[in-house]
Amino acid sequence: MAEQTTKTTEQAQSSNGASGNGKRLFGIDPDAIKAKATEDINALKKPTRTDLYKSIFRVKHDDTPRSRTLGVLSNVFLHLHPAKINRDAVAYNYTWGMGGISFYLFWVLTWTGVLLMFYYHPTKVQAFRDILYLEHDVPFGKLLRNMHRWGAHAMVLTVWLHMYRVFLTGSYKKPRQFNWMIGVILLVLTLLLSFTGYLLPDDQLGFWAVTVGTNMARATPLLGHEGPFGIQLGMTAYNDVRFALLGGSIVDSNALLRAYIWHCVAIPGFAATFMIVHFWRIRKDGGISGPAPMMLEKEIKPLRR
Amino acid sequence: MDWHQLWTIISLPDNIPIVGLMFLIPFYTWYAFRQAFANDRLIDQLDADPEMAKTHHRKTQPYQKGWAREVHVWPYLLRIEFLSAIIVTAILMVWSITLDAPLEEPANPTLTMNPSKAPWYFLGLQEMLVYFDPWIAGVLMPTLIIIGLIAIPYIDTNPLGNGYYTYKQRRFAIWTFLFGFVILWCVMVVIGTLIRGPGWMWFWPGQTWDHNKLIFEVNRDLHEILGITDPILYGIFGFLVVGGFFLITAFGIHKLMTLTEFNRKILARMTLLQYLTMQVLLITMIGLPAKMAARLLFRIKYVWVTPWFNV
Repeated sequence: MAEQTTKTTEQAQSSNGASGNGKRLFGIDPDAIKAKATEDINALKKPTRTDLYKSIFRVKHDDTPRSRTLGVLSNVFLHLHPAKINRDAVAYNYTWGMGGISFYLFWVLTWTGVLLMFYYHPTKVQAFRDILYLEHDVPFGKLLRNMHRWGAHAMVLTVWLHMYRVFLTGSYKKPRQFNWMIGVILLVLTLLLSFTGYLLPDDQLGFWAVTVGTNMARATPLLGHEGPFGIQLGMTAYNDVRFALLGGSIVDSNALLRAYIWHCVAIPGFAATFMIVHFWRIRKDGGISGPAPMMLEKEIKPLRR
Repeated sequence: MDWHQLWTIISLPDNIPIVGLMFLIPFYTWYAFRQAFANDRLIDQLDADPEMAKTHHRKTQPYQKGWAREVHVWPYLLRIEFLSAIIVTAILMVWSITLDAPLEEPANPTLTMNPSKAPWYFLGLQEMLVYFDPWIAGVLMPTLIIIGLIAIPYIDTNPLGNGYYTYKQRRFAIWTFLFGFVILWCVMVVIGTLIRGPGWMWFWPGQTWDHNKLIFEVNRDLHEILGITDPILYGIFGFLVVGGFFLITAFGIHKLMTLTEFNRKILARMTLLQYLTMQVLLITMIGLPAKMAARLLFRIKYVWVTPWFNV
């Protein structure tokens, strides 16, 4: 059997060699391969002309107006922007950049938050130990936790300043009334995100802050057992709105789990959804509000109802 | 003067945002008003010179004939966004390397923290608890703040000042917001953070937080001061006082809204519903400093006592 196989191979080689000037190896012309390889290597000197590159980047990145426009329009993340904006709209003294910074901080918090989730169990037994573990054993764990906390504080500040700027420039006025409403909802969600995160280390600070905070829910009119008309409606410490928030009558394991789920899943989901609407409305309402040409008092048009 | 105490409070890592707030808010207020006044000067010029109003580009930003009205987002906006992302990251990194997030002892329901404080951004609400029952300070007021903020675009019928800083064209709106945000909200947050110590008592900056401090202050209800003892009578009396406060404040706000020719013009553009919504929101807002004054100056606990709720 072995002899037969060898013979067959030799036959095949000799028959191929006969038709290819005797230079072919395994039926392939080495000169052709060399030419192909040189071609490939030369092509590598211009990587931007490869199919791989073109399929990923699609447009040229030179500074022609067409490429600049396409660079924004053909990118799923950048097309949040228009291709061109008013030349004054990039002025820092007008915008303060606080909305964009808030959005960026939201991303930083999402990333650090996801990384923190790898090391955290929302249980009374482990939560506090996990924080100690993060601070002392996890590589860069302390930095991660610090960035998450300070990023959250910073985001509350930047959201306030963003709203302050929007108010002072009158940017909530027609046609942006609805987007201001979305913005207020985002403010509330930002505060709730920060507040639900406060409990998670399960230390004295978070425990008492959340105790103070949720005790207010006891006093909700109609729905809290210490609020006006609560008792008359049959509210007790075991069925009122505070009980629903905490999953119990005290801040304990159920409250920790609820805070965790609100903080890591539900509220970020709502916030992301409202952010999509917020950014969409900015574009649909004509982009950033100004600096707009000023209107004079005598130019006020009479109301049409 | 207890400098150590002052430093302990200010340098508390969780209080850094407040210290930042105390500088950022005044800075950005100044920054906005500087531009508002510059715009106002231009508005005066345009008002005085109709010919100029026709040709001027009506912004304080520089402009020359032949300049393109628009610029490409790539690179003129993207480079700003990229740079600010880097700067914010750098600041956050330095902040996170130099200051550690606080971690107290494990949660212990049997050991109450004194003072036990909410996160700093809610301390304004916690401070309100001194002056109002929880259902007002913790539930009604936050709800009205949210509703009030949402209502702003729908009750502000002034078409001027849309998309540029101005003071002259929006005096009423700007003063209202400054009063609500800077004076009531931010100052209350600062009081709640820096001033309130153990037992939620008032400690001036630099005063030692004395955990054994006792204050013998007697807060009395308004009807007690006036000697009304019958529950039905003081229920009605309280209603009259609160109602009277609403009426008088409404009158005052109406005076402000009709103070100038311009204000009257804007008022004429409001529907009755817009007007009433604005009145209710503004009166409630002024109710806070009114109650604070009643408590701090006259030691009045409640003005209206009923079997179900107290105001």
